[in-house]
Amino acid sequence: MTVTSNLSVPAAAPEAGQPAIPGRLTVREHTLEIVSDSGEGAQRCGQLFGMVSARMGNGVWTVEIIPAEIEPPPRTPTSASGIRVRIGTAPVTNWGDHAHLVVAFNEQVLLARHRLGALADDCIVLVENCWATHPDETIRKAWDEAMAELGTRGYRIVGVPMEEQCLSVVDEPRKGKNMFALGILTTVYEREAEVLRELIARQFRKKSEEVVKANLALFELGQRWAVEHLDLCVHVPVEKPAQPMVVMNGNQAVALGAIAAGLDLCAMYPITPATSVSHYLGDIFERFGGVVHQAEDEIAAAGVAIGASFAGNPAFTVTSGPGLALKTEFIGLAVMTETPLVVVDVQRGGPSTGLPTKVEQGDLLASLYGQPGDAPHVVLAPATIEECFHCMVTARRLAETFRTVVIVLTDANLATGVQPFPRPSLDPRWHAPPPDTGAVPAGLRPYDWNPETGLSRRFVPGQPDGMFTATGLAHDEASKVAYDPESHQRGCAMRSRKLAALHRTLKPPVVYGAERGDLLVVGWGSTKGAIEEAVDRLRADGLAVSALHLRFLSPLEPGLRAIFRRFRKVLTVEINYSDEPDDPLITDENRRRAQLAWVLRAATLVDVDCWSRVPGQPLRPGHIEAAIRGRLRTKKESR
Amino acid sequence: MTTGCSLLAAVLEDEEHAFTVEDYAGAAPRWCPGCGDHAVLTATQRVLETEQLRPEQTVFVSGIGCSSRFPHYLSTYGFHGLHGRALPVATGIKLRNPALHVFVVMGDGDCCSIGAGHWIHATRYNVNMVALMLDNGVYGLTKNQTSPTTPRGHPTNTQPRGSYLDALDPLSATLGVTNASFVAQTADWVPAHLYETIRAAYHHRGFAFVRILQRCPQYTRGLWDEAVRNPDLTEILEHERGIVVPGLEKIYRHRVRHDPADLDAARRLARPDVARLGLLYRNEQAPCYDETLRITRYAADQRARMLDEELDRHAV
Repeated sequence: MTVTSNLSVPAAAPEAGQPAIPGRLTVREHTLEIVSDSGEGAQRCGQLFGMVSARMGNGVWTVEIIPAEIEPPPRTPTSASGIRVRIGTAPVTNWGDHAHLVVAFNEQVLLARHRLGALADDCIVLVENCWATHPDETIRKAWDEAMAELGTRGYRIVGVPMEEQCLSVVDEPRKGKNMFALGILTTVYEREAEVLRELIARQFRKKSEEVVKANLALFELGQRWAVEHLDLCVHVPVEKPAQPMVVMNGNQAVALGAIAAGLDLCAMYPITPATSVSHYLGDIFERFGGVVHQAEDEIAAAGVAIGASFAGNPAFTVTSGPGLALKTEFIGLAVMTETPLVVVDVQRGGPSTGLPTKVEQGDLLASLYGQPGDAPHVVLAPATIEECFHCMVTARRLAETFRTVVIVLTDANLATGVQPFPRPSLDPRWHAPPPDTGAVPAGLRPYDWNPETGLSRRFVPGQPDGMFTATGLAHDEASKVAYDPESHQRGCAMRSRKLAALHRTLKPPVVYGAERGDLLVVGWGSTKGAIEEAVDRLRADGLAVSALHLRFLSPLEPGLRAIFRRFRKVLTVEINYSDEPDDPLITDENRRRAQLAWVLRAATLVDVDCWSRVPGQPLRPGHIEAAIRGRLRTKKESR
Repeated sequence: MTTGCSLLAAVLEDEEHAFTVEDYAGAAPRWCPGCGDHAVLTATQRVLETEQLRPEQTVFVSGIGCSSRFPHYLSTYGFHGLHGRALPVATGIKLRNPALHVFVVMGDGDCCSIGAGHWIHATRYNVNMVALMLDNGVYGLTKNQTSPTTPRGHPTNTQPRGSYLDALDPLSATLGVTNASFVAQTADWVPAHLYETIRAAYHHRGFAFVRILQRCPQYTRGLWDEAVRNPDLTEILEHERGIVVPGLEKIYRHRVRHDPADLDAARRLARPDVARLGLLYRNEQAPCYDETLRITRYAADQRARMLDEELDRHAV
């Protein structure tokens, strides 16, 4: 079979041997990808597709596929830039397993997705076919080789003359294919074209009337082309949610959550994938009276936030792993001086510069224990984009009430993922109260710790009779430098006690699935949707598997030991590195475990096992499902 | 009490008692006898008294080192933070509450070595605050290591056969930064000049950088001994718009006329090894970051209303 000739014409009617595209299809969910070279706008296409799907009432989850460079060499598998959009009739909580349909702007980026196993066996592939007949022989050869490789699978490949079509509207098709592709997808998935026209107009409004017109023309061209050439329709029925919804990505949710919390100073230094929080705030924060301070470095960003918090309402800083490392000393200082501080760490792959644009949950232990000395503080991990919003309110309040640092661990998956969630009904009480400017009552000291809770009342510069010097040195209740054994022991105990006091106010987490069984999967952060989907599939198969998702990592939520004891095995599932138990060199003694597993083993004395991967992408429910099945098959008892 | 101070006291009379130098005293200083830090503390307390700064409206921010114990010895608010990182903390305090009087006290290690990046950027931000750099040319608290301002050849514990490099010149470095707006040099052994310089720095709109030449009796005893003994080795920059210290000419006869508006001349005059005291440069027109970047406090319900409108943009 010469694949090239099949693809040179848009094939609605396939030749013998080529699997048929399915015509009309009704499914409860469908996953599609748009992939291109960097700068060709695949992400924008997918974002708009996700947006219209959310507006129509479908469940949506999007994941961006981002190369680390701005414009890497084109037409190479490593330059693949794009987006996955999973839509469903019910809410969608994760990016799923395989793409059922992919639009590729060249065959090389398509190869990248194929080689990563991202495409379903029967994936419908719509690929730009100008490369098949390109004047450059090396390009034609590369195309042929790619098609041979792709031909080993059951993909249903359709050549699309994107460039040829786009040239009828614009001179530079590189900048127009994304809207043409959006037109095709609009027809295939029966999206509301009017809503999209509005979204496209809004998207390009800042440029010019001409640009808006051209993009709308490309969009319509794509729709027409699909009507005329594709006998394909994917119907994902809509069940309109009862309550009003909003749709955004996790970094936008963090930014809006910060505003809801009454935070008004974000001190930051650019770092992927955290920076877009400051982009969004840069755009809107001033309207709310807030400011974004772009500091000279990560350390200064923490310093400015601490200084601002010391002088009044708490400030926050956003960063990612390498930046968190640089802020370490300041975090210790904030703990020691009991200065409220919110640090958002949008985790990416590490160590070192690692995988700057890709997801990992590798900063948990660094967040918990990264500071030299004993520096007790709070660590939270939102599990969904909705929680990215609400956790900022919690973080601000805890930082202030407990006079400590709150680290919020999100990740690249939440940061760029887009998902609809119930619109928050705002409560002015979430907002930071104005700082107390009244005189400090006589006799009160800056660290008059309540011996039971470790809590004390904070004095703020400007308050008469409260003058003291905050210090990173060991100090007593009056903030006087005190090196004596009793003072240091007491200071450490009082700062530590605050976590115990917070722990007492927390509720035990709720098990997803049955309260007891053979295996409990424990997760944290962005993996919740994928873990629960895997658990649903296993339970549907009759397996006694449940899941537990933790939001508080420091202090841990109460009752874990009791919950764990109701399961034969406990297994954490995480996106960070752990040794494989069946590796010949690895024993139970030398095995380096996933990060939450370490913490849970120490805290509960339960023999918590782990399954973790560092693929630089979100975990797929199918992989988790397979891993759990594997663990259930092993005879060895976990305790 | 000086005449100027009495006038202020009269203004304050109705409200409350005037603050005396003692009102600004905190814990008893634990610096070595003969350390220049004592003189800076005294001069600073006199400035606070002269200006009648309310202790609760005043914050001293420091790094780590001998001089960074400074806030503990005052009765104002203080923040004794990390080595080299006083400036970012002070910037945050000022952004949060521009009404506060913010003073930063750092050593040469703090400012010119571990925190050098912050020094350059704080100069460029030009936030309204006073930055006192107490330069004794050595790491004292960690016991005698070479600092960036240690003169070449001076032995320390880390470079016992003499420091390898020429000293960094903090004045040239500061004057080289875009938006530098106040650069002065003074010395611990000329208390009247020290006092007037800190006072002028306080009155400056913007980031006022003051390098204070200072003796360390333990480790850099010889550094300024000659200049202390022989007043002719100390040069005074003289100008009616500079730092004017009445009566100083009787002792310090070596005077150089310099208009602090002249940046080029200031750069020529900046030398690390000459006790040249006075205002090198002042520009009251330089933009101040804390005037550009203003936090506005809205009521919670007003902000919630605005946020609701913003959520509309994300509504499906």
